[in-house]
Amino acid sequence: MVKEKEKAKFYSFLFRGGLGYYLWLSILGIGIVLGIFSYILQYKEGLIITGMRDPFPWGLYIANFVFLVGMAAAAVVIIIPAYVYHYEPFKDICIFGELLAACSIIMALLFVMVDLGRLDRFWHLIPGLGQFNLPSLMSWDVLVLWGYLLLNFLIPGYLLYCKYQNNAPNKKLLLPVIYLSIGWAISIHTVTAFIFSSLSTIDQAILAPRFLASAFTSGPAFLILILILVLQIIGQYTPLPIEKKTLYRLADILSVALFLNLFMLGSEIFLEFYTHSPHLARREYLFFGLNGHHAYVMPSWISITAQFCALLLLLSPRRHNLKILDISCILAFVGVWFEKGIGLIIFGFIPSIFGEIFEYKPSIPEIMITIGIWAFGLFIFTLLLKITIPIELGKLVVRNKEGITQKKRPKISGAIIK
Amino acid sequence: MTRREFMKKSLSGSSVLALPPLLNGCLSPEFFQKHLKKINKKDLDRIIKRKEKKYSQKFSKKATINSTQAIEETSFAFTLDLSKCIGCRKCVDACIAENNQSREPKISWIDLLEMEKGSHNLTEGNRYYHREKVPAEGHYYLPVQCQHCQEPPCVKVCPVKATWKEPDGIVVIDYNWCISCRYCVAACPYGARKVNWSAPRLPAKGMNPQMHYLGNVPREKGEIEKCTFCIQRVREGKYPACVEACPTGARKFGNLMDEKSVIRKIMANKNIFVLKAELNTLPRFYYFFG
Repeated sequence: MVKEKEKAKFYSFLFRGGLGYYLWLSILGIGIVLGIFSYILQYKEGLIITGMRDPFPWGLYIANFVFLVGMAAAAVVIIIPAYVYHYEPFKDICIFGELLAACSIIMALLFVMVDLGRLDRFWHLIPGLGQFNLPSLMSWDVLVLWGYLLLNFLIPGYLLYCKYQNNAPNKKLLLPVIYLSIGWAISIHTVTAFIFSSLSTIDQAILAPRFLASAFTSGPAFLILILILVLQIIGQYTPLPIEKKTLYRLADILSVALFLNLFMLGSEIFLEFYTHSPHLARREYLFFGLNGHHAYVMPSWISITAQFCALLLLLSPRRHNLKILDISCILAFVGVWFEKGIGLIIFGFIPSIFGEIFEYKPSIPEIMITIGIWAFGLFIFTLLLKITIPIELGKLVVRNKEGITQKKRPKISGAIIK
Repeated sequence: MTRREFMKKSLSGSSVLALPPLLNGCLSPEFFQKHLKKINKKDLDRIIKRKEKKYSQKFSKKATINSTQAIEETSFAFTLDLSKCIGCRKCVDACIAENNQSREPKISWIDLLEMEKGSHNLTEGNRYYHREKVPAEGHYYLPVQCQHCQEPPCVKVCPVKATWKEPDGIVVIDYNWCISCRYCVAACPYGARKVNWSAPRLPAKGMNPQMHYLGNVPREKGEIEKCTFCIQRVREGKYPACVEACPTGARKFGNLMDEKSVIRKIMANKNIFVLKAELNTLPRFYYFFG
């Protein structure tokens, strides 16, 4: 009887919500449906319905894939301070970082799958069933992504279960897995970077560290935005165990990563121009346009400017302000999304091997599929947050025998909103 | 009606939207076909028989697919005399007629670049010149196709081992195994790899029924293809189609291990070079100005 009640309580937390909640889920639902229909079209007709062609074999899908692997790897920005340096405030937001990582990985894997021209042969990639090509970075990448996905469901799942059961997590069980996930996170993004740095048209060893830096920018930026949003919605009803200071500390890490990203990008660009490298034409196309083609000049400058503005805002004396934090996170996120995803791929393929400028424009179905995958990821993330937040707040726990309902939470010095 | 047919018909008939193409794909014998290097001679023969039947029906002419393996003591190479090439694109036509490329959308394994004299940079070439106006004043022509590298980046990057180097040096593709991730297309420094972005269209009239299972068998949607040195011809002792079609004799093909071969003579007497030597891909395709 009691169990039934608990179950009912659990489901009510998942499905009950205000009008805004359902509106949000419906919008995402529409996005998902549009994505599915567009994908059916792509599956039937082939990749011809995308904007990709021989001179430009990778497009929006791979760009988003790269970006999302970064978002997933960024969970370590919170895990390392929390579990290696024992910075307690970060332990409270760890779970959000890991759930974000799990959702990002799901999206990243979906982007790989829609990018395959022959999804029916996906099983060739599965080790054991198919053929594993040892030197291929793509083989490794898909393998480690599945592993990372597993880790990122295991860890938060276990942590939440413990909270739900009102038990302390078993450190001996948890810590080794957490340390493993730290190494794993860095490796997934390094391997992803190597996919690109090994192409003769990109050929930059600095790409792996730069990917990590940009990941540690975009991941925390998204997380801060989500936390502020969630706190603003939830905070009206109940104080949350997250302080503003925690977010500002996360923003400090973000600003260092953002600086490093811009510094490494600047070094690369400097050398290209100074040595008049063979890659110069591609860089020129991206930033100044070439032979009258300049579709991506504006977005490139916007993305760089956005990142610079974000950095300046995050370093300014008035940075300890939620509005400023909001704006700088949006700027950093958008800036990195373009520069790291599309920007990199444009740099890799325009002009093409034969010097042609094939200006890639994503097609409508391609954009729809991309939106669909993002909507799907956000849908899952929303549901996960919906379960996580009550458990984190201690509202959703199994009563133990003595009838004590909640562990006493330390008094919050100041909830984030008021 | 066999069980497979029944399953196929009932399952694909009852489902909606996405399911029919997906199930048709999954229930075809190609779906379960193993990697070509992992199957024994008997299974290979069975697969080839099945394909011969399929293509004979589809194109209504007798299709033969041979499976001649690499001949021992053979290491193929190609030389091209740039001073003789006039850019007429006869090689392109012959290649398409021989290798069953898609006619719509058009796929060509050979790219011909019109280059200004003195330039060696691939990025300065023009692929879209008019063939009626060749050779143009002050220009030379640079044909580019698969270079059959000895250190091929495409083979290294393929996540499923769908492409590999044969013992005679030819880089081949297992079309049925390719998942169309297009990593090899991105990795090839010579733009040699072409994607079937949609289902290829090959009219029965233009179809060449003399095939090799690693060469000119018709490709499907998504699959990657490229020059195979006309594996169906060279393993039978013939020259590649482009060599035979070249009106000026710019193209020469042969076995590097044969001391008397014409390419050994060229390599000994001419200043040969390879494209993008700095990448250390070690192409088997040598150029020279004769």
